[in-house]
Amino acid sequence: MMTIASSPRQTRAASFADWLEVRLPKLVLAPSVLITLVFVYGFIAWTSILSFTRSKTIPKMEWAGVLQYAKVLGHERWHVAVHNLMIFGVLYVLICMVLGLLIAILLDQRIRHEGTLRAIFLYPMALSFIVTGTAWKWILNPGLGLEKLAHDWGWSSFHFDWIINEQMAIYTIVIAGVWQASGFVMAMFLAGLRGIDQDVIKAASMDGASLPLIYWRIIIPQLKPVFVSALVILTHLAIKSYELVVALTGAGPGYATELPSTFMYAHTFTRNQLGMGAASAVMMLLTVAAIMVPYLYSEVRGPRTSSH
Amino acid sequence: MSSLHIQQVRKSYGSTDILKGIDIGIDDGEFLVLVGPSGCGKSTLLSMIAGLDTVTSGDILIGNQRVNDLHPSKRDIAMVFQSYALYPNMSVAENIAFGMEMRKVPKAEREKAIQDVAKLLQMQHLLDRRPSQLSGGQRQRVAMGRALVRHPQIFLFDEPLSNLDAKLRVDMRTEIKKLHQRLKATIVYVTHDQIEAMTLATKIAVMRNGELQQLGSPSEVYNKPANTFVASFIGSPSMNLIPGRLVPHGDGLALEIEHNTTEGLQIPLPPQPDSVTAYVGKEIIAGLRPEAIGNGNLQKHELTRQVQADLVVTEPTGPDTLAILKLGGFEVTARLEADATYPAGHRGLFTVDLTKLVMFDSQTEQRIA
Ligand SMILES: Nc1ncnc2c1ncn2[C@@H]1O[C@H](COP(=O)(O)OP(=O)(O)OP(=O)(O)O)[C@@H](O)[C@H]1O
Ligand SMILES: [Mg+2]
Repeated sequence: MMTIASSPRQTRAASFADWLEVRLPKLVLAPSVLITLVFVYGFIAWTSILSFTRSKTIPKMEWAGVLQYAKVLGHERWHVAVHNLMIFGVLYVLICMVLGLLIAILLDQRIRHEGTLRAIFLYPMALSFIVTGTAWKWILNPGLGLEKLAHDWGWSSFHFDWIINEQMAIYTIVIAGVWQASGFVMAMFLAGLRGIDQDVIKAASMDGASLPLIYWRIIIPQLKPVFVSALVILTHLAIKSYELVVALTGAGPGYATELPSTFMYAHTFTRNQLGMGAASAVMMLLTVAAIMVPYLYSEVRGPRTSSH
Repeated sequence: MSSLHIQQVRKSYGSTDILKGIDIGIDDGEFLVLVGPSGCGKSTLLSMIAGLDTVTSGDILIGNQRVNDLHPSKRDIAMVFQSYALYPNMSVAENIAFGMEMRKVPKAEREKAIQDVAKLLQMQHLLDRRPSQLSGGQRQRVAMGRALVRHPQIFLFDEPLSNLDAKLRVDMRTEIKKLHQRLKATIVYVTHDQIEAMTLATKIAVMRNGELQQLGSPSEVYNKPANTFVASFIGSPSMNLIPGRLVPHGDGLALEIEHNTTEGLQIPLPPQPDSVTAYVGKEIIAGLRPEAIGNGNLQKHELTRQVQADLVVTEPTGPDTLAILKLGGFEVTARLEADATYPAGHRGLFTVDLTKLVMFDSQTEQRIA
């Protein structure tokens, strides 16, 4: 009797535990999923809608077709922004990769204090872009930083005023960006280098290849996946970069260092052109997506399909 | 092809001695196998021959040339690694040709060499593939091809077969042996598989804890092991090492085996040299291979003895039956005829062949006869 009486209760208790076990992960994740849905995808949708309306200061649900896109594409500041992004993006990605790879190769020579050096190179990435931008603003300020230092030390002909020079200001953003990200790229390459079979290097050495040749012919070709990852991460960082410009040059002098991101911010929040801001934001999103989606797709699918 | 001499080679990492003075010499065309338990320093010795590691002291001579200070690529040696160490970003043909490319061999000559090696190893159809598209055995072949194409003075192999499955391992073992016979190459081969050592070697070097235990032909190492370590390391199942005592018996000697039993066992021995007679009344260790203990499969002659033993268990292997016998209280392994069927606990007469009996000092564990 006892067993008969108690068993249904047990089953019920057990089934609640089972229910909880199955549902708990979902329950725990639900709030963040909800938040992501609303604040990321919801606002992406909202922005996309706005970009097809005549919204100015406040959202206005009046269909405008591609008018806002046409206005953005015809805007002089947008042209400057895109041109700047090209310069910044190409230089930033290239220099970060070359520098990162070089430092990684040097650190890979089993030198002393490698851990310390690695931390030093990696540290800038831990800083916020605002801090980086502000610090470099002071360093590059002719009356405050490098130039003053050189003058104080008696090198009075030293001249370095890129940050206030319309032609050169965009390159100061490259300098600060590279300073910040190349250590991170270095860490990626170093991890790749550490994953390479030492026997392969020994075999190449016995085959008579010199160390530079071993790197060039055997090691670097094996780092292809790291190159792809670094390229994607750096490219999307370049397109997204906003804080750095705001802190370093405030998109100036004039609008000489305007980037699509600062263009978007300016039109959305200070120039009462919500529609144009939204249109420029959508164009940036599509550019980032064009890079990230194939990459993420191949990352997720990669291990199963590749023959490696 | 060239001879190889390793003279008093030592290696230390900091204060730990990994190799403690190794002396090995082999002639042109010999197949030297380094065996020993894991961590005994085989790979270390091999990489010092290759020049991938420096010697702490001692000399390495290839031919008549001292190569201690020569870069690996200048020693005229080729190595096959345990992990194969193929260049993953290159095709099989490029892997094989890379060394020649580095030595600036003209392209036409390279092509021909690739074809020759591919034909020798029957892998013409693999030349365009990447290493990641090959099976373990095929990778192994490519690694050998990369070594063969160089026609080096000496080939070095570091456990080249240990990543293959059992069947392929046996096949490749035979192929390596054929290759050695065809090329008359000097080879140094590391393994911890003693069957590989026995089947391939013209000379075996048994190592333990960075020390050379014995250097000799397979039959020397098998039949006349220098000490109990070599005796138990080489051969499977391993040699029976039976503690006993030498006692006078008639005009000669007998081996007395007694362990936890009231009735000891005395086996009369044939006439022994002086080195053994000096041990009369002392403890020794007697070494008998399993195939020296049997039943009907051993022919009786003047050096065989009939002994009383208890059978503990039998293990049929197919070609013969392994049995654990209690001999004077000690458990020993015997190799009986294939269809031997005995009930467990059977007590009867078994044959012991003393032709290949070896004896070791019970203290130093070195062979006395
Ligand atoms: N770089 C090193 N620093 C310190 N000790 C080392 C180093 N390389 C090897 N050793 C030690 O040297 C000993 C011999 O290593 P080795 O690789 O030669 O062994 P092995 O005989 O090839 O063993 P296995 O059969 O497992 O391959 C080991 O105890 C190992 O720990
Ligand atoms: Mg080893």
